[in-house]
Amino acid sequence: MRKKWALFTSMMALVFILAGCEPLLVLDPKGPQAERQANDILLSIGIMSVIVIVVMVILAYILIKYRASKLPDDYEPPHIHGNKWVEIVCVGVPILIVAYLSFVSVKSNYIVESTPEGYENQEPLVVYASSSDWKWHFSYPEEGIETVNYLYIPTNRPLEFKLYSYGPITSFWIPQLGGQKYAMSDMVTTLHLAADEAGEYMGRNANFSGKGFAENTFNVTAMSQADFDEWVDEVHQTAEPITESQFEKLLEPGHLGQMTFTGTHLEFSPAPEHAHNEVSEDAEENQEHSNHENHTEVETDHSGH
Amino acid sequence: MEFFERFAIPHPSPAIYASMVAIALVSIGIVAGLTYFKKWGYLWREWLTTVDHKKIGIMYLVSALLMLFRGGADAIMMRAQLATPEAKLLDAQHYNEIFTTHGVVMIIFMAMPFIFAFMNLIVPLQIGARDVAFPRLNALSFWLFFAGAMLFNISFVIGGSPDAGWTSYFPLAGNDFSESVGTNYYMLAIQISGIGSLMTGINMCTTILKMRAPGMTLMKMPMFTWSAFIANVIIVFAFPVLTVALIMGTTDRLFATNFFTTSNGGMDMLWANFFWIWGHPEVYILILPAFGLYSEIISTFSRRNLYGYSSMVWSMVLISLLSFLVWTHHFFTMGQGALTNSIFSITTMAIAVPTGVKIFNWLFTMWKGKIRFTVPMLYSVGFIPLFTIGGVTGVMLAMSAADYQYHNTMFLVAHFHNTIIPGVVFAMLAGLTYYWPKFFGFMLNEKIGKVTFWLLTVGFVLAFFPMYLTGLDGQARRMYTYSEATGFGPLNMLSFIGAALMAIGFVTIVYNVYYSFKNSSRDIGSDPWDARSLEWATHTPVPEYNFARTPQISSSETFWDSKKNGHVLFKGEIEEIHMPNNSGVPFVMGMIFLVAGFSFIFALWIPAVIALIGIFVCMAMRSFEKDHGRHISVKEIKETEEQLGGAK
Repeated sequence: MRKKWALFTSMMALVFILAGCEPLLVLDPKGPQAERQANDILLSIGIMSVIVIVVMVILAYILIKYRASKLPDDYEPPHIHGNKWVEIVCVGVPILIVAYLSFVSVKSNYIVESTPEGYENQEPLVVYASSSDWKWHFSYPEEGIETVNYLYIPTNRPLEFKLYSYGPITSFWIPQLGGQKYAMSDMVTTLHLAADEAGEYMGRNANFSGKGFAENTFNVTAMSQADFDEWVDEVHQTAEPITESQFEKLLEPGHLGQMTFTGTHLEFSPAPEHAHNEVSEDAEENQEHSNHENHTEVETDHSGH
Repeated sequence: MEFFERFAIPHPSPAIYASMVAIALVSIGIVAGLTYFKKWGYLWREWLTTVDHKKIGIMYLVSALLMLFRGGADAIMMRAQLATPEAKLLDAQHYNEIFTTHGVVMIIFMAMPFIFAFMNLIVPLQIGARDVAFPRLNALSFWLFFAGAMLFNISFVIGGSPDAGWTSYFPLAGNDFSESVGTNYYMLAIQISGIGSLMTGINMCTTILKMRAPGMTLMKMPMFTWSAFIANVIIVFAFPVLTVALIMGTTDRLFATNFFTTSNGGMDMLWANFFWIWGHPEVYILILPAFGLYSEIISTFSRRNLYGYSSMVWSMVLISLLSFLVWTHHFFTMGQGALTNSIFSITTMAIAVPTGVKIFNWLFTMWKGKIRFTVPMLYSVGFIPLFTIGGVTGVMLAMSAADYQYHNTMFLVAHFHNTIIPGVVFAMLAGLTYYWPKFFGFMLNEKIGKVTFWLLTVGFVLAFFPMYLTGLDGQARRMYTYSEATGFGPLNMLSFIGAALMAIGFVTIVYNVYYSFKNSSRDIGSDPWDARSLEWATHTPVPEYNFARTPQISSSETFWDSKKNGHVLFKGEIEEIHMPNNSGVPFVMGMIFLVAGFSFIFALWIPAVIALIGIFVCMAMRSFEKDHGRHISVKEIKETEEQLGGAK
């Protein structure tokens, strides 16, 4: 048993040294949602480590104390049925731990499913992120821009991703900004994120979608609102408009580099926001209007920094 | 020509051609060997037509071990491909086929027959029965499993293997995105063996409820029988969901229905829901019998009664109920919102409570015991800390907001291997070592067994613990390659080294069987481990009728009572024993199912219809057959008992 312990500790040490060169992506959050998730993860690792250690200590103690080679030959183990108090502790303590973690879990659910904390007063940037085999299409309806396989986002502003897929179920994931969510062909899902820091982040499809899955990644660049606006202007000056036939071609299975267009495919190939979402669709339109109005507000807000 | 094209493999490679040759040579070898040694008759009489639960158990066991190596070969190829960044060992298509078949083979064709092997071998003996309730149905269950397994395993040489993952999510698994026949294999092979599993579920429930020896109330059943009972109740409720989902998937692929398609009102999320309504109970179908085996082994080698018997039973009942209430945790990220996720997050974490109770009960069973570190006990002792780690990472995954970060990553892969390998695989190997002498008449070598245990344990830790880290570092599962810049390289190399150690460990099992067969003593008596429950009360090897006289039950440890407390196990005179006759119908039906499955996979309608008619003819024949079984005379029983070393 001791051998096993030594092995185990040395192995874990080795693993941490190997991994220790850089912080793990998920535990190196750059946005409020990812931070909440990283905190939950660290909290649960802490509590769970205590449980594992307690079980291991009890096990080691029992194995050392009651191994046959240490006991007299005539020792005959007693017949024990159970003890009410021991069982109450064995049920009660796990219930308390699970209750506490459930409480944290439920609270976090509502946090990650809504506009990031501290960003409630700002209008979100809405980006439609749709996947096709094996690419990502990002449509910025308010800005009238569409990109392929790369995403520019402003920092310190809530981001609302509308996810759907032209094909198999995929999962939109930028580990350092927050957890993933599925993109499916017959409905639109919403993912709330925000970036606190400017920088380049890895984004990918996390859900297996066939042959080109491994390379189904995209680059995320977070920048200040001013830089973002500059980029929007630049795109409008330099990029070509996206056409329906061109978009059809983009959808064909394969890999593409990064591309930039003006206009969005939403105009001729709208997102699958179905009848049962009619109410929210109306809400969307209203929101879009207000977004346009608020856009300037956000800008002034930013120049005030 | 077009007719034959469909049987070609869409993505051939030298490795596949080599396997084709190997399969052909092995088949020829088997046929030639059987003919040369004149064993065809023996094979037919003793195995293909048998309805004896012990022989069926052994056939399950052998199949499970073969499939373990098949799935293991898949695993080592995957780890080798991922050991270095941008490796060229496998291309994306091969990698996708390999991880798909790895998952299906390991769950459906390795773990399932392994637990069925122990249920068949042990349950009738533990309850003092002569066989299962429906012996012929039992044989049919095995042959359906066998047909499914064969069908699935020929996929990579005829027509191509499934490549949409073992979860086979639609629309990826639909015709639009999976054009080869691979997913047809998936649908039909699992369907056929699934029908077999459902029959076993019904059979075992009936056996356990109706055929217990006098005095054995439910709360006096040995723990393995309890675990088998609960697992089979789950089978009866969960497998029909899979059956229906597979039929819908099959008709989507073969008859252009639109259950899971992306157009015409199809709903891709429906498959994921159906799949996991079966899939989550399925993991408890596998783990509960494993828990049962650990309970038997820990109690035997601690020389103590099982601590907290009734809380063990109730925790299993609770787990079986909760297992049906957690399926959504497999896709917290589907966008069902905070409320739904919260509910399923809580139900999932709740399972930790009864599971924790079991862990503590095992610990307290060892407390004040007299612990012998035999090979089965080593596996059980290794299981406790490793499974605890697997369990607590499960609780971490159950925190749905955090799961958005774990989902679809290597963290998840590490978690479920962390529960299945120390949980199920270690239990099966522990059970294999523990029960080997009962069925084969000699012990497996302890020294080699210990080497195996350490190779597997160290290999397991090296192979899977790094995945927790790469998962948190953003390595998605099912990626066939990654760039050097990601930094996943060193940890994946470590995983590969671990996988290689495990591979060596599994090979030592085969060597152990060979070595022990040649060198182990045959004079081991009927109770080599000084065990406690009823299965050890009869002779080794177990006679066809199990017990010459029906045992009288005093407690869940009747045999121990008879050894230590003077309980009289066998009373009265030996009487004639009524046993079922052998039958070739289950085997023939299994083979017809194989033909039917193959024909459906390739849309060969004429043979498909003929095979379906054949199945109904077999069923009709059984209905009109007059077979009342046979009687073993008292004289014959006494002779057998004498041969085995005195009447019991």
